[in-house]
Amino acid sequence: MAKKDGADTIESLSFEAALKELEEIVGRLERGQVELEDSIRIYERGTALKAHCEAKLRNAEARVQKLLLGPNGPAGAEPLDVT
Amino acid sequence: MIFGAANPNNGRMPEASTESPPAPRINLPEFSVGELSIALKRTVEEAFPYVRVRGEISGYRGPHASGHAYFALKDETAKLDAVCFKGVFQKLKFKPQEGLEVVAIGRITTYPGKSGYQIIVEALEPAGVGALLALLEERKRTLAAEGLFDAGRKKPLPYLPETIGVITSPTGAVIRDILHRLNDRFPRHVLVWPVTVQGEKAAGEVAAAIAGFNAFPKAGLPRPDVLIVARGGGSIEDLWAFNEEIVVRAAAASAIPLISAVGHETDTTLIDYASDVRAPTPTAAAELAVPVRIDLLAKTRDLAGRLEGAPLRRLEVLRQRLSDLSRAMPAAEALLAIPRQRLDTASGRLGSSLALMVQRYAGRLGQASARLTAQPLLQAIQRHGLRISELASRSGAAATRRND
Repeated sequence: MAKKDGADTIESLSFEAALKELEEIVGRLERGQVELEDSIRIYERGTALKAHCEAKLRNAEARVQKLLLGPNGPAGAEPLDVT
Repeated sequence: MIFGAANPNNGRMPEASTESPPAPRINLPEFSVGELSIALKRTVEEAFPYVRVRGEISGYRGPHASGHAYFALKDETAKLDAVCFKGVFQKLKFKPQEGLEVVAIGRITTYPGKSGYQIIVEALEPAGVGALLALLEERKRTLAAEGLFDAGRKKPLPYLPETIGVITSPTGAVIRDILHRLNDRFPRHVLVWPVTVQGEKAAGEVAAAIAGFNAFPKAGLPRPDVLIVARGGGSIEDLWAFNEEIVVRAAAASAIPLISAVGHETDTTLIDYASDVRAPTPTAAAELAVPVRIDLLAKTRDLAGRLEGAPLRRLEVLRQRLSDLSRAMPAAEALLAIPRQRLDTASGRLGSSLALMVQRYAGRLGQASARLTAQPLLQAIQRHGLRISELASRSGAAATRRND
């Protein structure tokens, strides 16, 4: 799959999509399915995908909020601590 | 014939067959039909202002255009007309349905116009679990026929949701179980939409919450990527809100993938059929909602390591191929050997053939030069000299003769 690269599109990828593409890239590189000249470009995309995945995994903050319901539905939220 | 009801002989059985009929009592008050009907109505209404009666719904008609519903309650021996007025009907948790065994609460009244009596229903509920299950089956069939439970409607859950919307009671074990398991696996942003999960208001609140989350982002809060509708275990009556049509329809209409986790594993409510995934418990719902973070970290690291190594390995593979190929390539010496040999042979023969050629020409020159002498020239000169002297002598003789 010949995706047009550019780091801007990676930003919008879901974790799953990024991980899947990274797997494909690693597989193609390992199987030697790309021209040597292309492999550098693909490797760079793989590096960007890896960084994207890691960023998604780093963002693991637990934030629990309870909605405050007004007459017209949710009007805001407050922290909820149930521990 | 006999107006015995008004007979003052209290407690005495009339001996009807042996005695002749008593004469009509003219002092007995006379009712009009209407007066009697009213008297009966008052008597009945005072005697049965509030009754619970159990029976099977029969001849159900309604609600009419007026909003009222009419039916009868019957058992093996009797039948009781029933009416449920609009205001009550709209608030009924269980709508009457033909054949359903119910317990009705209401008051008995009469209907003078046709010499009838009936119950005015104030509340109605299925008589026991069997009746509820029958109702559930019927409702399930109806909604399934509409396609609300079709497998084709099911949406896949997101792999890693950023925001999770949880619709449940904000207190108690259920929300705690969900949040704990989420934190164990992959802490996320969780929005809890508080609802009552039991009783008359529950169904409306749950349905509104599902629709409400779908209308997000709102109030500065993001739209959840996945919803969990959860409630702890309970009796079929406790869980009933999650069988209500309004909840089932809201779940089926949700554009956000929805996980239902109502009751224990053995409890199945209709929302489970309309949701995208049914979780056996609230804890299981949390497990379905998010992957395990450390597993993903390990996987990403593994891929990253392989990515780093891949170009090097690729170069190594290419280098190996190059070296294999160059080994397989014949040496330049070997390539040139045959032509060189031909050249050598040819050049070797070139020298000897030249000598031979010189020799051959030299021989021919020798032969030719051997034959090259002055003798023929001298002979020719001698021959010509003789001729000259002969001619000279002949011309002298002639001159002499002439002179003679």
